[in-house]
This record gives sequence, structure tokens and C-alpha cells, in this order.
Amino acid sequence: MAVVSHGMAVREQVHPSRRRALTGFLFFAPFLLVFVAAIVAPLLYAMGLSLFRRRLIGGTTFVGLDNYLRAATDPQFLAGLGRVGLFLVVQVPVMLLLALFVALAIDSKRVWWPKLFRLGVFVPYAVPAVVGTLMWGFMYGAQFGLIGQVARAFGMDPPDLLGSTLMLPSLANIVTWQFVGYNMLILYAALRAIPQDLYDAAEVDGAGELRKVWSVKLPALRPALLLAAIFSVIGSFQLFTEPKVMTDLAPAVIGTSYTPNIYAYELAFNGQLVDYAAALSVLLGLVTIVVAYVVQLTIARRERIL
Amino acid sequence: MLLGLLAYFLLPLAWLVINSTKSTAGLFQSFGLWFASDFHLFENVRETLTYQGGIYGRWFLNTVLYAVAGAGGAALLAALGGYGVAKFDFPGRRLLLAGVLGAVMVPATALAIPTYLLLSTVGLVDTPFAVIIPSLASPFGLYLMWIYAAAAVPDELLEAARIDGASELRIFWSVAMRLLAPGFVTVLLFQLVHVWNNYFLPLIVLNNPAWYPLTVGLKQWNEQAYGGGGGSVAVLNLVITGSLLAIIPLIAVFLVLQRYWQSGLAMGGVKQ
Repeated sequence: MAVVSHGMAVREQVHPSRRRALTGFLFFAPFLLVFVAAIVAPLLYAMGLSLFRRRLIGGTTFVGLDNYLRAATDPQFLAGLGRVGLFLVVQVPVMLLLALFVALAIDSKRVWWPKLFRLGVFVPYAVPAVVGTLMWGFMYGAQFGLIGQVARAFGMDPPDLLGSTLMLPSLANIVTWQFVGYNMLILYAALRAIPQDLYDAAEVDGAGELRKVWSVKLPALRPALLLAAIFSVIGSFQLFTEPKVMTDLAPAVIGTSYTPNIYAYELAFNGQLVDYAAALSVLLGLVTIVVAYVVQLTIARRERIL
Repeated sequence: MLLGLLAYFLLPLAWLVINSTKSTAGLFQSFGLWFASDFHLFENVRETLTYQGGIYGRWFLNTVLYAVAGAGGAALLAALGGYGVAKFDFPGRRLLLAGVLGAVMVPATALAIPTYLLLSTVGLVDTPFAVIIPSLASPFGLYLMWIYAAAAVPDELLEAARIDGASELRIFWSVAMRLLAPGFVTVLLFQLVHVWNNYFLPLIVLNNPAWYPLTVGLKQWNEQAYGGGGGSVAVLNLVITGSLLAIIPLIAVFLVLQRYWQSGLAMGGVKQ
């Protein structure tokens, strides 16, 4: 027995780091395989495809950056991009402030049944976007919509929530409803991780509740807030499911280029312009990364000011 | 204020439960937040499950298959990979990590159309693999498991197991996985939600309704209810009841496993 373990120890000593390295890589390899297949390969394929143009007559030709130049001046793409940009600027702050408020409220322990409250706020996250949009769509609707019924009961004209003016706020409401709970959970987890001595120190300095929020909780929340903000930015640019489901209720308002993703989808599957759609996907990904990076820089700079 | 907020989050769900008890006629005639004179829930469920030859049940099983295979696989790969990155040093490790973390930024839906094109060149479109394979890669899951493994699995414990002569795979299964369980459940749950609720990818890669998940199927019924003119409004009650049935499993899973995912998430929050 002693001989065996001694022998193993010697073998370990021959190439301990190499063996260890190989083992580590083997643990990582299965993930790497699907990562390359599901993320890297499609990305590279889209980039390659976006440099060509396929025609029924004349076959496939290399066109360089033509597809990108075309996208940069495509009014439908730009209008969609502007729409999700506006959506982002309004919806993301509202959603994150609500999430922050709820997380702080639960953490302050002044809420009745905090567990129940937390679950209630979180539940919409477990509802598929398709179902969430269907439900809100029914409630918005003119015929048997709840909001219309309430408005009529008070003798008011029901607002046209599915019309072109209010469609974007109506969609923003659905997304907010779905994701406040998720963001709240990220923020709440970060709040729970604040060490007690920070509070004790603040109390010694005579800090009240509000002062504690401002000087202890908010600074500690910044990394989590950054994470939530970046995920929200990515989500906004990718807006697809909610407007796509709304198309059934308001086909004239949504149309075929309401958001960049809807536009790319329509081009690829109804317009047979696969390579142009690939260019739009790549471009949208780039815009998303740039904006996410700007958000990161802005929040990081705030950190120094506060 | 807080109660009002809670009401806002629960209102649509209350609406869904109440209105799944109404016939189509009742939907139009009664107030949205109260029951109609006839209680139609059981007929609605029966109709939902038998409409178009019982295809709803098929969609339900497809969704379960995609969610279990996709999320279970993703969580397992993330746990293996996160453990490997956190507890071993190998050449190129930092570069690989940077690549994976960069991919957290790559929006999943930007990949949907290229993924479809790629899958069609290898002949996997319109098969369950077209939905499952893309669901297996979760960069954020790997990130979470990496953080979690670094914090929750002590090196001394691994060394002790090695001295006892246990193989590396066995150490992972019987020592590390036990400590990684809350993180694993967290990744599993969030990927489960992602796959169960996904719409864009299955919409693109599946044409055959027999392979649809619930989201794509329900959207198709909704299209039928609104698009096909007056007569087909008859399926509205099925869209509502089908929606209710589609959200029950995930909510149940979250309720049952809440102790795990809440501690797992707290762990992710510590080291962000």
C-alpha cells in the first residue's frame, strides 16, 4: 500500500504541472466544443456571408463592405435602430430604478412578508415573453381589453394602446413588467453580500437609514447595477418577440421593420436577402457592444465622482 | 405604494387565471377581472388538449425535451468548464476566458439567423438538435460556475482526495459537485427559463409544427385567432388557456427550488 502511493507520488512529480494542465483543459473542452459550434462558428459564418451577394442570375459575388454601406443608409434599418434606441433610453432607466427601489425596500426589512413580495415581483420573469405579450395584448385590446373596460366605466374614451403613438410605451410596459423582478434579484443578492461591519461602522458615525443607502448600499451595488444595465442594453437592441407577437393585434403599426431584428428576420425569410440580413445582424451586434461599452465607461466614471 | 407595485406584477396573471374560465362569448361579454356567468375552465382545458389532433400536448413535450436537454446539458458543461478553469492552470486559459466573457456581450438573437444558415448547411434544420445544440452554450453560466468553483471548492479538499488516490473525474463528481450544487441549480434554472421561453430561435430553425415548442405554437394559434377573420376568433379561449398551462411548470420549479437558486445567486453577487 505504502509502495503504491509512493509510486504514484513519484509519477506525479515527473510532470505534475503538465498532467494537471491537461486535466484542466479536458474539463474545459466539452464547453469549448459547444461554444465554438454554437457561438463562434455562426458569428464567423455571418461575417463571411455579409461580404457576398447572392443573385438568382449571376450567382454569388464578393462585394466587400457593400452590404454594410447599404445598411448605413437604409432608412428602414436606421428607423428601427432609432426606435430601439429611444426604447432603451426610456425603458432601461425606469426598469432599473424600479428594481433598485424594490430591492432596497425588501432589504430594509420594512416590507410585510418580504419573501412573498419578492416572489410576486419575480414571477413575471418565469412567464415566456410570448405569453406575457399575449396577456398584455388582450388587456390593451379595444374589444374586451381590461384597460378599455375600466376607461369606459369611468366614462372616458379608451386610449388606443395599440396605435402607432402608444405602441412603443405599451411594449416598454411589457418588458418592464417581465424584467424588474430579474434585475431586482441581481441587486438584492448584491445587497445581501454587504458585510455587517460596514453598517456597524456607518452607525458609529451616526448615519441614518437614508445615509446608509447613499453611502453604503449604493456604492456596493454598483457592479451589480452595471451588470444589470449591460444585460438590459443588449436586450433592448435585440427586441423581437414582443413586437412580433403584437403584429397579430396591430399589423399596420408593427409592419416589417419595426425593430432591426424584425427587419433582418423579414429580409432573410420573406425577402431571400440572406447575406444582407447577415450584415444587419453583425452590425446590430457591433452597435450593441459599443453601446454596452459606453454604458460601462459611464457607470465606471460615476464611481469616481460619488 | 409597495402593494400597488405588487398588484401591477400580479395583475396580468390574475387576468389570465380568471379569463381561462370563460368561453369565447364570455370573454367579450364579461368584465375582464371578474368571472363570467358560466364556468368554462374544464371545457377550455379539454379543448386545448384536443384541438388539431392534440398537438398542444406534443408542443408541451417538445418544450420539456428542449428545456431538460438544453438546460441540463448547459449547466453540466458550465460546471465542468468552470471547475476546470478555476482549479487548474493550463496554457491559453486566460485567453479562452477572455473570449468566453466577451461572448457574454454577443446578443443571442444576433446569432439566430447565422445559426439557422449554418444548421441548414449541415442538414439539422427542422430537428430537435437545431434547438438543443445552440442552447448548450451558456457563457454567462460558465462565468458563474467559474466564480462559484473558485470560492466554494477548497484546494485542500481536492489535494486530500488526490492523495487518497481518487481519479480526477471521481473527485469532480463526488467532491466538487456537492459543493457546486447551489451554483449548478442557479445556472440550470436560468438556462431552463431561457430555453422554455425562447421564441426567436425555434421560430427560425423549425418549420414542422410537430417539433414546435409551446411559444411558437401559441403564437401560431394567436395569429389564427386574429388573422383569419371573424370565424376563427373561436380559438381565443384556447390561446388563453394554453398560455396558462404553459407557465405553470416553470413557476412550480422556481417555487420548489427557491432555496437553491437564491443562495447560488447571492454567491454570484459576492464576487462580481
